[in-house]
Amino acid sequence: MIYIAMATGFLLILIGFYGALTNRNLLRMIVAFSIADTGVNLVIISVGYMPGRTAPILDASVTAANAIARIIDPVPQALVLTAIVIGVGVTALMLAYALKLYEKKRTLDIAKFTELKW
Amino acid sequence: MIKRFLALLLLAGVGAIFTSLLLAYVPDTDLNLTAHYYAQHAASDIGAANIVTAIVITYRGLDTLGEVTVLFLASSIVGLVLSFGQKRNTIQRNLVPVGELLTTASNYLAPIIMLLGVYVFVNGHLTPGGGFQGGAIIASSMLLLLLTDPFKQFSHALISTLESFSGIAYVALGLIGLLLAGSFLDSRILPNGVLGELISAGVIPLIYSLIGLKVGAEFTSMLASLSETEDL
Repeated sequence: MIYIAMATGFLLILIGFYGALTNRNLLRMIVAFSIADTGVNLVIISVGYMPGRTAPILDASVTAANAIARIIDPVPQALVLTAIVIGVGVTALMLAYALKLYEKKRTLDIAKFTELKW
Repeated sequence: MIKRFLALLLLAGVGAIFTSLLLAYVPDTDLNLTAHYYAQHAASDIGAANIVTAIVITYRGLDTLGEVTVLFLASSIVGLVLSFGQKRNTIQRNLVPVGELLTTASNYLAPIIMLLGVYVFVNGHLTPGGGFQGGAIIASSMLLLLLTDPFKQFSHALISTLESFSGIAYVALGLIGLLLAGSFLDSRILPNGVLGELISAGVIPLIYSLIGLKVGAEFTSMLASLSETEDL
């Protein structure tokens, strides 16, 4: 189970990298970066998982006394919570820049933007 | 062609690294030292049933303040970048009508989705979810409204008032924690209460509600600035 989640995460990272490297269209590259982002989050979450344990939320069955033996690692989940929100901010910024670039050149093809090329 | 080959070569290398990581990975059987501390002390020190929330808001509260700041910066920069150039002209062009189903459904659903967002961030210390998720849910109801009426104008004054109020109140709560409880963003300035009840865990529900409002306002302002730029 844990290996399925982790392998899916790694696969998503690879798909995202492939999309970002081979596509010329800015919007497709942004989508590819989002996919890679999701993959990284999935890998971090799966690192915190431990077989046979449950979510780090205390209730009737997981009390404060037996929490140490029952819950999975809460730290990666807190980190991914941060990463998801920052990912949304980064995606919004990329989209705004893509919009401005399109306004300038009337194209989304990355090969047409040669100002910084050497 | 050569570029695609190089890209595939790079991906094969990265894939080989990932495969070796995956094959060598053995899941832990015990919590590590940090997680052990959190599992042992979260309930008695913080009083939050959701240990992830206790970490995000109190143990690593400064990180979350930084995260909220990054999000604020992102939404301001989106607004700034898009505000150069003309705004969309207000003359309504002939758009395809969105249809009866979407209009009626969004009229009924938007308030309910907003209510769900409030529920998620108010219960952040008890159930999965919290301010960031609740804020995103609220912003999704705004997106539904924008889909129904692409020319809808949100009140920027209301959005920025809400955003600055919740930001200032968040930092003020942190400073009160510094004065009364001894550390910045300490949640113990209010009593911990009974574990698992709505009013418990000190100021965590208050802080998460403020974060929910702030995140909702920031996402909504990003959506508004994206929708208000001139159509190309």
